Amino acid sequence: MSGLLELRNVTKVFGGGIFSKNRTTALEDLSFTLDTDQSSITSIVGESGSGKTTVARLLLGMIAPTKGHIFYKGNDVAEMSRVERKEFRREVQPIFQDPFEVFNPFYKVDHVLKVPISKFKLAGSAGEERSMINDALEMVGLRPDETLGRYPHQLSGGQRQRIMVARSLLLKPRVILADEPVSMVDASLRATILESIHKLNRELGISILYITHDLTTAYQISDNILVLYRGSVAEGGSVEAVIKDPKHPYTQLLVGSIPQPNPDLTWSERTSVVPVANRAVTGCKFADRCDSVMNLCWNNVPPRYQLDRYRVAACHLFQDSPVMTAADVSQVFAARTEMSGQTPSGK
Amino acid sequence: MTGDVLQVKGLQVYYGTREGQVNAVNDVSFTLEKDERLGLVGESGSGKTTLATALMRLIKAPGQIKGGEVLLDGKDLLKLSNEKMRQARSTEISMIPQGAMNSLNPVMRIRDQMIDTLRDHGVKRTKSEFRKWAAELLERVGLPKEVAGMYPHELSGGMKQRVAIATGICLNPKVIIADEPTSALDVVVQREVMTTLRLVQKELGASVIMIGHDMGLMAQFTDRIGVMYAGKLVEVASVRDIFNKPLHPYTQLLIASLPSLEAKEVFRGIPGRTPSLLNPPPGCGFHPRCPKAMEHCSRLVPALQKMATGQSVACHLYDETTDSTDSPGTSGNGELKIAAPQH
Repeated sequence: MSGLLELRNVTKVFGGGIFSKNRTTALEDLSFTLDTDQSSITSIVGESGSGKTTVARLLLGMIAPTKGHIFYKGNDVAEMSRVERKEFRREVQPIFQDPFEVFNPFYKVDHVLKVPISKFKLAGSAGEERSMINDALEMVGLRPDETLGRYPHQLSGGQRQRIMVARSLLLKPRVILADEPVSMVDASLRATILESIHKLNRELGISILYITHDLTTAYQISDNILVLYRGSVAEGGSVEAVIKDPKHPYTQLLVGSIPQPNPDLTWSERTSVVPVANRAVTGCKFADRCDSVMNLCWNNVPPRYQLDRYRVAACHLFQDSPVMTAADVSQVFAARTEMSGQTPSGK
Repeated sequence: MTGDVLQVKGLQVYYGTREGQVNAVNDVSFTLEKDERLGLVGESGSGKTTLATALMRLIKAPGQIKGGEVLLDGKDLLKLSNEKMRQARSTEISMIPQGAMNSLNPVMRIRDQMIDTLRDHGVKRTKSEFRKWAAELLERVGLPKEVAGMYPHELSGGMKQRVAIATGICLNPKVIIADEPTSALDVVVQREVMTTLRLVQKELGASVIMIGHDMGLMAQFTDRIGVMYAGKLVEVASVRDIFNKPLHPYTQLLIASLPSLEAKEVFRGIPGRTPSLLNPPPGCGFHPRCPKAMEHCSRLVPALQKMATGQSVACHLYDETTDSTDSPGTSGNGELKIAAPQH
């Protein structure tokens, strides 16, 4: 499997020197590949402190790993030449959470669409530039005559976010990293924006990494999912299996806590056990909140057990399953072509 | 109705801007029963937070309450003196505003902030009585008493939000208004906070108005839901009716657009955008986006009418089917019923 964008044994620690008490391990030894052969949509979900945003920032080259490497098309991001870096910047595009912060309020929104065109010389003439912009806007459901010429504050959050998606379209990136793209957007507009992002994948073959704490939209839009808990992988695999039939107790807690828009489907019985404050965690990080915790869990970090072709769970409940040998957790992700007709158990 | 704790009648809140008048809350009427949990949903700009602020009489210029009544146990809050309203806030009607957890004073211990609120309302006790009160309040929201001596930055988002709830209920109000109480909180913490709110409400025998746009949360928490659009209430019904048989086209589209674990890769966004309140569309505010708009929808404003099923809806589609046994003026639910103009 050829890697497009790859995290290899990446650990990221924030804060303090070796002897400092303020060190936080945001990510611990994560290996993960976004593939060139099949463009799929992968979600990385977790609560705050899970490390999911750190993954995005590492993959965008905004921060450097403490250990391990980030590769783009086989090149280490930390050691790229200027040419390689420029290509990387163009081909790996973000869509951030806040649809206001990314806009310079002094410029009309046209600016954010024109700059990439001129920087990467995407258009041969002003006429071509204009039609490229119009096409991109229309593809995300925006009317050019109602959008161009306006300042950011004159548009709604949903419109601004759609402009960011349109901008991605102009650049035709290989990968889009969308970090909570709809959490600050009104509920009724979310579907439209998610649909645009989904189209980028299905129609243009762009790989999407969708980072969120919203499991429902993650389920809706993605093919594969990685559930992170405090910097480590809790569970991963096909989104259909992981969300509909979660195996790791943490995933079960997350799925059970989703407020279903159905008054007859109330929050499940599973509740979060209040953490035991003074118990040092040397084993499984979820031990102090887990209602299935065993003696073994406190002092032994669970390896990733492979439950079937498309599922991995780092939990001692599955100690009878084989341990996943590959470090790269995306080995359990299915290519889209393999997914039709797949049952929730993945068999 | 004797079971009603709050009756809002014809509330109007306008903002004066340089470009003209914005009718942020445009003739809104509804009731809130004792022990009831009412959800108010709507997009940004629908008027829901303005409505909440108006109920607390905290609207500031250039906003102004232009008309209507807000009857709390029969007493019109809009007619109270400033001093009496100040007393009513927190003791009778209390608000946990949006982002409350972020408005905690970073240089004060939690206990001192809570005591401040009590003192502000003229409660006079000894220092040790206040400390005991604060500890009890924290316990009621499921927080350990150690939290009292902590500073906000030592608490997680969920804990801070529970402190905000504790502060909001400290004087045992009859009505609690929670404005987006769990936005920015993770789904597990969100559930814990909502469970706390429900518990606290039951203990107090209070009623809750929850404002938000997360329909999933509304489904889990509320008994009835009011849908706001462009400053008006377009539908009010029991939570099951809203989800299972929504009447207003906007509610129908809203329910259809909700991401669901039952429908993968199905995206049903609502086309168009929310109207400008500066130049609202004539007639029904929703007609430009409405798939069922009729000719007169762009001329005549539909009134909120009560159906035989108990649902109230403001839509010309239902003009002929109003419950004719109600007397003009009020419907069984205490909502003002204005005869819809017949064409």
